[in-house]
Amino acid sequence: MAGHSNYVPQSAGAKWLESRLPVISLIRGSFVDFPTPKNLNYFWTFGGILAVILVSQILTGIVLAMHYIGSTAQAFDSVERIMRDVNFGWLIRYLHSNGASMFFIAVYIHIFRGLYYGSYKAPREISWILGVIIFLLMMATAFMGYVLPWGQMSFWGATVITNLFSALPLVGESIVTWLWGGFAVDNPTLTRFFSLHYLLPFMIFGVVILHVWAFHTTGNNNPTGVQPKSKQDTVPFHPYYTIKDAFAIVVFFVFFAWFVFYSPNYMGHPDNYIEANPLVTPAHIVPEWYFLPFYAILRAVPDKLGGVVLMFGAIAILFVLPWLDTSKVRSGAYRPLFKQFFWIFALNAVALGYLGAMPAEGIYVILSQICTTYYFAHFLIILPLLGFLEKPLPLPASISEAVLKENGGGAGMPAGAAAAPETK
Amino acid sequence: MSTMIKMVRAFTAAAALAVAAPALAAGDHKPHVDRYQWSFSGPFGTFDRAQLQRGFKVYRENCSACHGLRLVAFRNLAENGGPSFSEDEAKQIASEYTVVDGPDDFGDMFDRPAILADRFPSPFPNEQAARAANNGAYPPDFSLLAKARAAHRGFPWFVFDAFTQYAEQGPDYITSLLTGYVEPPEGMEVPVGQYYNDAFLAGQFISMAPPLYPDSIEYTDGTPMTVEQYSKDVAAFMMWAAEPHLEDRKKMGFRVMIFLIVFAGMLYFTMKSLWRNVKH
Amino acid sequence: MANSDTAEPTRRDFLYIATGAMGVIGAGAVVWPFIDQMNPDAAALALASIEVDVSSVQEGQSITVQWRGKPVFIRYRTASEIEQAKEVEVSSLPDPLARNANLPADAPATDENRGAEGQEPWLIQVGICTHLGCVPIGDAGEFGGWFCPCHGSHYDTAGRIRKGPAPENLLIPPYEFVSDGTIRVG
Repeated sequence: MAGHSNYVPQSAGAKWLESRLPVISLIRGSFVDFPTPKNLNYFWTFGGILAVILVSQILTGIVLAMHYIGSTAQAFDSVERIMRDVNFGWLIRYLHSNGASMFFIAVYIHIFRGLYYGSYKAPREISWILGVIIFLLMMATAFMGYVLPWGQMSFWGATVITNLFSALPLVGESIVTWLWGGFAVDNPTLTRFFSLHYLLPFMIFGVVILHVWAFHTTGNNNPTGVQPKSKQDTVPFHPYYTIKDAFAIVVFFVFFAWFVFYSPNYMGHPDNYIEANPLVTPAHIVPEWYFLPFYAILRAVPDKLGGVVLMFGAIAILFVLPWLDTSKVRSGAYRPLFKQFFWIFALNAVALGYLGAMPAEGIYVILSQICTTYYFAHFLIILPLLGFLEKPLPLPASISEAVLKENGGGAGMPAGAAAAPETK
Repeated sequence: MSTMIKMVRAFTAAAALAVAAPALAAGDHKPHVDRYQWSFSGPFGTFDRAQLQRGFKVYRENCSACHGLRLVAFRNLAENGGPSFSEDEAKQIASEYTVVDGPDDFGDMFDRPAILADRFPSPFPNEQAARAANNGAYPPDFSLLAKARAAHRGFPWFVFDAFTQYAEQGPDYITSLLTGYVEPPEGMEVPVGQYYNDAFLAGQFISMAPPLYPDSIEYTDGTPMTVEQYSKDVAAFMMWAAEPHLEDRKKMGFRVMIFLIVFAGMLYFTMKSLWRNVKH
Repeated sequence: MANSDTAEPTRRDFLYIATGAMGVIGAGAVVWPFIDQMNPDAAALALASIEVDVSSVQEGQSITVQWRGKPVFIRYRTASEIEQAKEVEVSSLPDPLARNANLPADAPATDENRGAEGQEPWLIQVGICTHLGCVPIGDAGEFGGWFCPCHGSHYDTAGRIRKGPAPENLLIPPYEFVSDGTIRVG
């Protein structure tokens, strides 16, 4: 990371610091001088968007933890006190609850961008795997965070999800009891979830640093999938991508603010405004929208253990994705067949999400089973075979060549213009 | 130990069934929920003060005997963005309620008139007492009800709702429910102590007797004294009770939106100007 | 071409500066809710006044009540205590100001200004040492008033600092006699 820095300390103080802790050149090498492919499209801004949402979630979360009371007797009311009495409490809480949804919207776009452009392929497997770990940590964090307001959906969501572990043979029951700290979801469960919900975001933050470190070592992927060949293929991260990311972040926040200020409960469930009642299950319980595809996979299987295994398998399979895709070509832009299957896969994922929200009966079960089968077939059959069956389009020699072609043969100054920012 | 867990789980399942049963028995009962006009809908919506004050009157004279409002404080009645009673009026309202305080110097709890800092006392000390007094049914607290009830919108309506900012499912449902005491369909047997309601989400029969009748609550400002008007007024009041900062939220939202859009525009031109010499 | 080369940079610089300024304004606006949320919330502010029944307090007795989470000393002083307090020259006091929230900020620390208006025997003060916030002990210290055990501040029978590290007299909160036997603090 620091290797890319053009930083030469000028003042005596800066030299003193640099020789002891080269933090300035580290930051400059990573986020200022870092050579970034010049052809990244807007889908690449979601990394920056995610970083900002993570920070926003941590900041609003720290504030909420100042007012929240982690006890079954007071949790629900303390959240309402935040909403009613704490100065700007409603704003901070809505930012946090909607922020979770925004986080998942952005991360799904980010993941699908990686799937389309082959960002998981060599040499970026580690970055991809770290990304899947971040995704898992996010799901755990979001799940535990949803329990904290101690509404009906909090309670029953916690009950259902923790009960997943009871499917494990032999140790299942003991694990569930251990997770609960009792014989049902209760105060011990709430307090440990609160503690972990506070801890996990910082772990996410740590893994994010590794994630960035990994792809800064290999260099960013880009829409062509072709590695940068010369300086003309890249621009320094700052100001080119800082400003582009900033623009995308602000546009994303317009979308975010739309929900926070005008439909703050759109992504939530009305039942979570009813205090948890261990004696009454709501008639129709659903997880938060971002879990729905996995929830559909869980319910597609009539066997308890089988459903749990498949659901976790749906995420676990992402870990080995780099070795399932046999194609030598990285970017989907040059893979005509893959492109079609990618969109079918994306539609299939949306369909799973829809099915996850429907009652598990009749036609919905059959459809869930078809979609679940397709989900796994995409990774286990289609991707391995495509590498052999597909005839990819010719790859451009370099990023600059691809860019020129796209801009209609490039009117005038080809190399000179691209190099200009470097000399500035 | 594992038998105990099984018992807990069996109990949970039984409880779930007990709740699901009426819904299943109801078969193809589709709640009939209408949409109404609300002053507080849309990006510039604000509460209608007079309506909130009327709604509070309906609540106090008709609903408060069974339904609590435990999260709302009397001081809220005089706050901006709400019914905006004057502070003296709010104090007067508070003093008509009795709250339990203490212990006093002798260790006893005592009753005193409420002050602005108190929250509305609930009509029943706990759920069991409420059920005992209401034939087994539990009259829900009103503080959050307008956000805790919504008819299922389904595809594709929920997609449109994100764009139209439809966030008034609660008041729409409450109004529909209060005006939903219609004649049961031909040949339907209505259980004793229950009433047919075509908007009720949890089934066809509701334990609450029709609470509102025309002219039962005196309006002095010329507003029509109909069941529908009472229903809308109390639903608006309940929306405020559930979301007291709704006006602040929308007002701030407008400013934030303007700022973000202008800022995004400036960043866009900055970006264009930066990248103008880079083919990408 | 040549014209735009010289004109453009300034226009561009303006755009960059304006965009940067917008970002700073945005960041500043975001900071405020995060700071303000730590201020007392609406429920805490609403509880800012209490009523105390003092009808059973006898001469020479005091009671301690809680107001805004702090102890408030309410003392019905004896004639000799008042006498003692009046003997002291105000100008000789370490803190010559009354520190009475019901009087102007520059009121001198006479016994009249410390005691309740028209009911001088009643002394109502926040029981927090003005040094570092400990609660002083009553009927103690070298001046027969209060003594703070933390760092040895001595207050006299009118709650005025006489000796020790505390910089100010004990604070007198806003209060009024609602009726003869009832005081509303806050």
